[in-house]
Amino acid sequence: MKTPAILSVLGEDRVGIVAAISNALAEASVNIEDIRQTIISGIFSMTMLVTVDEEKTPFEEVQSRLDTVAQDLGMQITLQREDVFRYMHRI
Amino acid sequence: MRFEPDEVVETLTMVMQQSLDIRTVTMGLSLSCCADPDLDVVARNIYDRVTTAAERLVPTAEALEREYGIPIVNKRISVTPIAQLASSVNAYDVSALALALDRAAKEVGVDFIGGFSALVQKGTTDGDVKLMASIPSALASTQRVCASVNVASTRAGINMDAVLTMAEAIKQTAELTAENDSIGAAKLVVFANMVEDNPFMAGAIHGPGEASEVINVGISGPGVVRAVVSSLPDDADLTTVAEAIKTTSFKITRAGELVAGEASRRLGVQMGIVDLSLAPTPAEGDSVAEILEAIGVGMAGGPGSTAALALLNDAVKKGGAMGTSSIGGLSGAFIPVSEDAGMIRAAEQGALTIEKLEAMTAVCSVGLDMIAVPGDTTVETLVGIIADECAIGVVNSKTTASRIIPAVGKSVGDRVSYGGLLGEAPVMPVNQYAGTVFARRGGRLPAPLQSLRN
Repeated sequence: MKTPAILSVLGEDRVGIVAAISNALAEASVNIEDIRQTIISGIFSMTMLVTVDEEKTPFEEVQSRLDTVAQDLGMQITLQREDVFRYMHRI
Repeated sequence: MRFEPDEVVETLTMVMQQSLDIRTVTMGLSLSCCADPDLDVVARNIYDRVTTAAERLVPTAEALEREYGIPIVNKRISVTPIAQLASSVNAYDVSALALALDRAAKEVGVDFIGGFSALVQKGTTDGDVKLMASIPSALASTQRVCASVNVASTRAGINMDAVLTMAEAIKQTAELTAENDSIGAAKLVVFANMVEDNPFMAGAIHGPGEASEVINVGISGPGVVRAVVSSLPDDADLTTVAEAIKTTSFKITRAGELVAGEASRRLGVQMGIVDLSLAPTPAEGDSVAEILEAIGVGMAGGPGSTAALALLNDAVKKGGAMGTSSIGGLSGAFIPVSEDAGMIRAAEQGALTIEKLEAMTAVCSVGLDMIAVPGDTTVETLVGIIADECAIGVVNSKTTASRIIPAVGKSVGDRVSYGGLLGEAPVMPVNQYAGTVFARRGGRLPAPLQSLRN
């Protein structure tokens, strides 16, 4: 089952954020569909639209791996199924 | 991108800073298959039925929390009113059935199980009599069981004999649980126009018109609404305020609709309803009182509170009605005192009185809720308070309820404290002029005309 999801990242800017997250996603067979990234006053903010291949890596496992990356980077990383945003922000 | 970063951030902020959550995922279960003349057999049947049907409820709700990133605060179960099973049992004390419900609730890991209940608005059966007599001991000997009795309806009027019975049951329950601030009374609610698909406690039941098993969801989000209203300038007019609440309510309801649908699909159970009630918690900011204050009332309970609450309640429904096609349950703002930090403050300051709360219940859901009164409050006074609340519901064709805690050994100015979602509350003063005659007349207060509405 391929599950669309939104990955959001927030925290102090530093070298290697995108690389660390992209690597973790690639290892979990998560495909990146779209990326938006900005830095405002030194705060790094990134939103990714991704597709989780749950046959290869279950959703919970991807979340768990991203938690580890978040701890290593000292940033806040959240992975949520995309439907919650579709339900709340689209009529 | 399909979503703007602003939209993603808005949802994250709602959850992380404004206490957005799904208040409850409640599984409704019919227990009609559990009937038997032998009390022990019924108790065993109930335990088996609940533990089998609800086995996957909590793990499924926890998985949804993780995947959607929205907390589901409570997982609960509502069951067929136990009075229906009590009627066929060869025993007068049916509190053993509450113990079976309690054990089953603990086994499957739910917070509360509701349905130790009876509907007696027009008259009482043997089963109803047994159930009402068993309520005090049932609530004193269990942790997770909630009891409710419907004593009035718009079509039947108010069963004043049942109101007296329930006032006595409230007093006895409070006395039996006196060591814990009379907590038993916090799990007992007396209704007018009870609904059959309410996911919220203490009044949840699984009505006779329901399917064998359903999933009902109660949304929440006072913190989100308060934040949105607070962000408006002081000179924003009330139409603008209502519009902002409507928009927010739509988003909150959509989260509930999503969770209800997905929980139903995963559990293989019919989706019941989404309850649009704004339910506060004791957490700072997650308060209906603070929404009224953000709208512009000086303090909850002050002049303007009833009008502001009417605006809030209506706007929440209008926004929510577009968010789901399965509206049900109570669907209105809750104004419990002990569960809302702003209400507690207002009661302590003297801004909020029982009489003002009563007026506010005419325009919102659900009634005099989680109000601590002095332990020496008389049965006749409780009858009067409950009857007044019922009259508001009966005449206005809406649900009203009373969940009043006569805190044994406490008087005005003392506090009761339960922790968790039940919160804490100051003991509020009660009008001393109930008299003794009205409560003891009994009989049925006739159903009101549905025309000539002024």
